[in-house]
Amino acid sequence: MKSAKFTVSALAVIAASASAASARDQIQVSGSSTVLPYATIVAEAFGENTDFPTPVVESGGSSAGLKKFCEGVGENTTDIANASRAIKDSEIEACKANGVTDIMEVRIGYDGIVFASDIAGNDFQFTPADWFNALAAEVVVDGKVVANPHTKWSEIRADLPEQEILAFVPGTKHGTREVFEEKVIAAGCEESGAAEVFKAEKGEDEAESACMALRTDGKSIDIDGDYTETLARIQSAKNGIGIFGLSFYENNTDKLKVATIAGVQPSTESIASGEYPVSRPLFFYVKKQHIGTIPGLKEFTEFFVSDELAGAEGPLAAYGLVADPELAATQAAVADEKTMAAAQ
Amino acid sequence: MSDASLDGAKPRNSLLVADPHTRKRNAAEARFRAYGLGAIVISMIMLVILLSTILGGGVSAFRQTYLEIPVALDAAQLDKNGNRDPQDIRKILTLTYGKILQQALEQTIADKGIAIAGLSDKDVTGMISKEASAQLRNRVLADPELIGQTVTARVLVNGRVDGYYKGRVSMESAARDANTSPAQLQLADALKAQGMLATQWNWSFLTRPDASDQRPEAAGVGIAILGSLYMMLVVLVLAVPIGVAASIYLEEFAPQNRWTDIIEVNISNLAAVPSIVFGILGLAAFINFAGLPQSAPIVGGLVLTLMTLPTIIIATRAALKAVPPSIRDAALGVGASKMQSVFHHVLPLAMPGILTGTIIGLAQALGETAPLLLIGMVAFVRNVPSAPPDGLFEPASALPVQVYNWTQRADPAFIERASGAIIVLLVFLLCMNLLAILLRRKFERRW
Repeated sequence: MKSAKFTVSALAVIAASASAASARDQIQVSGSSTVLPYATIVAEAFGENTDFPTPVVESGGSSAGLKKFCEGVGENTTDIANASRAIKDSEIEACKANGVTDIMEVRIGYDGIVFASDIAGNDFQFTPADWFNALAAEVVVDGKVVANPHTKWSEIRADLPEQEILAFVPGTKHGTREVFEEKVIAAGCEESGAAEVFKAEKGEDEAESACMALRTDGKSIDIDGDYTETLARIQSAKNGIGIFGLSFYENNTDKLKVATIAGVQPSTESIASGEYPVSRPLFFYVKKQHIGTIPGLKEFTEFFVSDELAGAEGPLAAYGLVADPELAATQAAVADEKTMAAAQ
Repeated sequence: MSDASLDGAKPRNSLLVADPHTRKRNAAEARFRAYGLGAIVISMIMLVILLSTILGGGVSAFRQTYLEIPVALDAAQLDKNGNRDPQDIRKILTLTYGKILQQALEQTIADKGIAIAGLSDKDVTGMISKEASAQLRNRVLADPELIGQTVTARVLVNGRVDGYYKGRVSMESAARDANTSPAQLQLADALKAQGMLATQWNWSFLTRPDASDQRPEAAGVGIAILGSLYMMLVVLVLAVPIGVAASIYLEEFAPQNRWTDIIEVNISNLAAVPSIVFGILGLAAFINFAGLPQSAPIVGGLVLTLMTLPTIIIATRAALKAVPPSIRDAALGVGASKMQSVFHHVLPLAMPGILTGTIIGLAQALGETAPLLLIGMVAFVRNVPSAPPDGLFEPASALPVQVYNWTQRADPAFIERASGAIIVLLVFLLCMNLLAILLRRKFERRW
């Protein structure tokens, strides 16, 4: 009987403490795994340098994070959503429907997307057109649309090494995939002139999707995991070329060799100047309604975009973030708590 | 023996020489034994491969390289007004402390007369972990009198230099690496020769919280262990009484009819439901409906309770069934009530089985990640939760979640950390399973 008494009293303790659960005092962040490292670096520094507790940062992807963010207003909803793409109109609508009306959009900087292969392998100088010809489902050969016949890089352009085509491409759930399709494959489609032929043969609408369709014969492999999986694949298949975020590459320069795009070496400088073509902005979204309720939310937002952290000399840039040239404007907008509706 | 063909068959050969049929049967048996042995050998090889990769990669997480240098805490930088006012000292951020550490290291290099070709400022700055400036700041905040003095600081070194002493980084790989250089490693060797740098046993791996991507050397599993313990506490307190009560009722009191059959089928079904489903349920029921906080061990514990209940109920019912009916009959025969017979006689005898089932259920819950994904426990948490019951409502991580998080990080040093966390998790599981076996050995009765 003793154990029964013990369990009953333990249940009572739990029930009593459940009703006395105190107000949340730490910031909750969720969202993109690309922004995650930056968010954790800032959260850590924020906890160390202020009297506020360290924010809790979850990952799970831009869409999942924004969905969670839009679930409503209140202590058991998140305060900040990280995203490696801009919020969609449908997401703003979903937010509105749940009462999340005042959203602050904060751009923290830019992220570069690089093509890298095993350190011991061949050097590559790509153009977007090379990637289109290597990975598109259908390409144009001698003015005709055919299923992609290329098996070696040298078949696409004579100066490329004679190496089997094998690419590890981020899966469709990743924000990186969208950027890759848009800025590399679609750009290559235009550049190589295939877009014109597609338009003539299939019509305007079909041409766009034909430009972005990737081949499915095993030369292009979707990676649904993260960059660590891509790296592991390259280490076992040495002739593969993977798509990585710049910061991931910079942490693994001893294992990977980066390719140039249109003759430009990817680096924080070449991305900031706009020379390197494949980059995208990174954002986070703040629930303005929580400022004042959740302690430290505004301070954290200001801290994130401060020159010491997000500036060109700060730790985020050291990790691989391309600093935003318009950071001062962002800082001013955060100081004024400018919401998206007000900005429009 | 019941083989009809053997009846009346005359032995054609002597008993000393096996006939073809016997030889065939013996051969079949020998083959079967070989297959069985082969199966065990294969699984042992798999186990050895698994353990050796994890141990090979993870044992080094329990050792860490530290640097001990004298640091002059310059009053002009740390206390500009010179009044030692804690408010003013608080305004000095870790950035300044980072610079002080850098100056201290440069001073040490000059004092010891270490000269290395090609040593850049970046190499010197990058030598010391970014965690160190925060630790130094906390030390000064705790004791402002230190300002103006020269103290000896024991600081973590950068993950790459640490990796050099663990065999992960070599001079060749450092030459290609953007985050370190051979000069930096030579500096580390020179400091080691001076006795200032040493790789030591690393308790802080078990006590420290997670750290950001820039400082793998500082990351630990402290909060993850605490979070896992809190969740197990919740599971133990909730799942055991509920599970045992449900099984006693179903086994001893409930009438055998269609309803109990339906319940039984559902319980067996629940045991096989993918764990992520419980996470979805937890998000809907405990966070969105009941309003419990996100990332909190209480929610994790409740979700894992739901997941563990079927396991406990099935194990408990099996244990109760294994108690011979003669015990119940004897108790009832001497005038005990039904409840007395159950609580005084059946339950104590079924206890070892129930305990084993419970511990196996708990071990299963301990290693679960998927349901925690949806309730916000797959997160970066730095603040140590307080003691229960309050701590149950504060954000925490969990051991399997920590492993998952670390394997996603870009810095290769986190792979070592992840393997280290797996070792901790395996030790926990081993202890629980040992306990289950010990309890069974101690209390088990056979009839």
